[in-house]
This record gives sequence, structure tokens and C-alpha cells, in this order.
Amino acid sequence: MEIKVLKNILNANNQIAEQNRRLLADKSILAVNVMSSPGAGKTTLMLRTAEELKGRARIAVIEGDVSSSIDTEKLIQAGVTAIQINTGGECHLDAGMVNSALLNLPLDELDIVFIENVGNLICPGEFELGEHLKVVVTSTPEGDDKPHKYPLLFTIADAFVVNKTDLMPYVNFDMDGFSQVVKGLNQKAVLFEVCSITGDGIGDWGAWIMKNLDKVRAI
Amino acid sequence: MHEMAITRSMLNLVLEETAKSSSNRVTMINIVLGEMSGVVDRCVQFYFDFMSRDTPAEGAELNFRKVANQAKCRKCGNVFSPRDIFWSCDKCGSMEIEITAGNELYVESIEVE
Repeated sequence: MEIKVLKNILNANNQIAEQNRRLLADKSILAVNVMSSPGAGKTTLMLRTAEELKGRARIAVIEGDVSSSIDTEKLIQAGVTAIQINTGGECHLDAGMVNSALLNLPLDELDIVFIENVGNLICPGEFELGEHLKVVVTSTPEGDDKPHKYPLLFTIADAFVVNKTDLMPYVNFDMDGFSQVVKGLNQKAVLFEVCSITGDGIGDWGAWIMKNLDKVRAI
Repeated sequence: MHEMAITRSMLNLVLEETAKSSSNRVTMINIVLGEMSGVVDRCVQFYFDFMSRDTPAEGAELNFRKVANQAKCRKCGNVFSPRDIFWSCDKCGSMEIEITAGNELYVESIEVE
């Protein structure tokens, strides 16, 4: 006997993502899923973003890594609320892991939760976490060909952050070409050129985050 | 390697549907996989073989239907399969394209006894 199923394989994950969405909506918190390859500079971007938004929004960072709490320690040292998820081998965060992290954060005292996914341009793209925004960070030393190699992540992103623009003179990165390809693939996404170390371009990125926080508060 | 989580999730979905039908053996699972989903069928098969042990799905055949990437040009409306690494329209060369197929990841149907 044949039974029609027609259900997404990640149905169970998506249901927990929906719970996260409701929890975040209840607390009027903006959630941003930050994805990139390892070493693109997600944690440094988080540190710089925390500094940029100081006094304007109360933020926390959920740190996803296969192991260690190095990133969380860096953030806590800088005075940022952070919580570590160790996936123990899984190459991505799923909605259940994020749910446990959210329940361990002081949600009543927060405006924005950044979810720093495991460094990987493939797997995190499949897993809804209940976030409002998906941001893909890529850095100039990685080269400008990433959208061709990992198209899924680039088609679902709401924003692209090109980090390490200070290295442009030393690496082979064609910003115009990159911009043309990602805007062709994904018309809704916005592109930010930043350097998390010097702070270049962080103002525009911070303003975009704040604009999205206003949208969540208006609902 | 997200196939482990995906296989676990797929198996749970199949077992739920099987329980609803009050049968106790699954013989076939029809899965639809988009090319862009990045899911490797032989990895799913590998995990499935040991995860399904001692469940009603043990021994079921996995049938993968692959869906190729498909895009539509926003400029000229041409529908095409982006093949090379430059994702541009194969007719007019525009890079303004919309992905219309290729990220599927679902169980279409199962066969039970």
C-alpha cells in the first residue's frame, strides 16, 4: 500500500523553529542567524556590533561550535551576554539547540539575539531556527566565488556582509563582480562591506539591524 | 555531514506515518532531493542502514528522485538549468535570475505492508 506523505524531511525541526518564533515574538526580540565559513570573522563582527549598538539595544549572542567555548569567553570578556552551544560533531545548529539556549538567556532583558552558527556554508542553510533574518558573512581572503560554490545559502540570505575589506589590496577579491552575482541570485538581500577590526562600514550594518528591530517591535 | 540529522528526521517522519497507517513494515521510501540541497544520497543510505535497525523501516528500499537546479531569467523569462559555475542566463547572459527548483528535500510517499 502506498501512502502519500509530501512532508519536508525537516518537519520536526521546523515545528520547533515555529516555537522559537513565537517565544521571540512574545518578547519582541529580533533574532539574526549569522552564517559563514570558519574564519570569516563572525565573532569579531559580533564584538564590533555589540560596541556599535551599545546604548541602543540590549544584545546577546548564541555561539554555535562543534567544541570549545573560546568564542563565548571572548564575548563575555568584552561584556557581551553570550551562551555557548557545543554541537558535539553536528555541523550546524538546529532549532532544538537554539530553543535550549533561548530558555537559558534573560529574554526579558534583551532586544536582539544573534545566533552565530557553526562555521559552514552548506549545512546551516537547511535548518530553520526561528530567526527573523539570515545573514551570510564572507571575507575577502576567501575569494569572490563562494556564491557559485554554495548557492543555497546565498539564495536564502537577507543580507551579505563582506568582512575584512582592509585586506582588499592584498587579496584577489572582485567586489563589483561579487555584488553583481549575489544581487542577481537574490534580489531582496542587502550587501554591507565592512571591516570588523577598523569599524569601517559597521555604521550602515548597525543601522540596518536597528531598522529590523523597529519592525519586530511594531508587530 | 548534515545527512545524519536529516536521516534521523526522515526516519522519524516515516515511522510516524507508518504508525498512523497501522502497518508494521515499510518496504519503500520515496524521497525527493534537490541538487542544491547538498544532501548526498549514499550518505543518507549509510546512516539509514543502521538507524533503521529494529524498526518497521528496517530493510526498506530508499528511492531518491533527484531534481536538477532550475532557474528563470528575470530579464528575458528564459527557463534553464544553471550548469556552469557562472549562474547567468544561457540565452541573454543576465545574472538576474530566480531559482525555481533545486532545493527540494521531502518524503513524497512510502510503501507499507
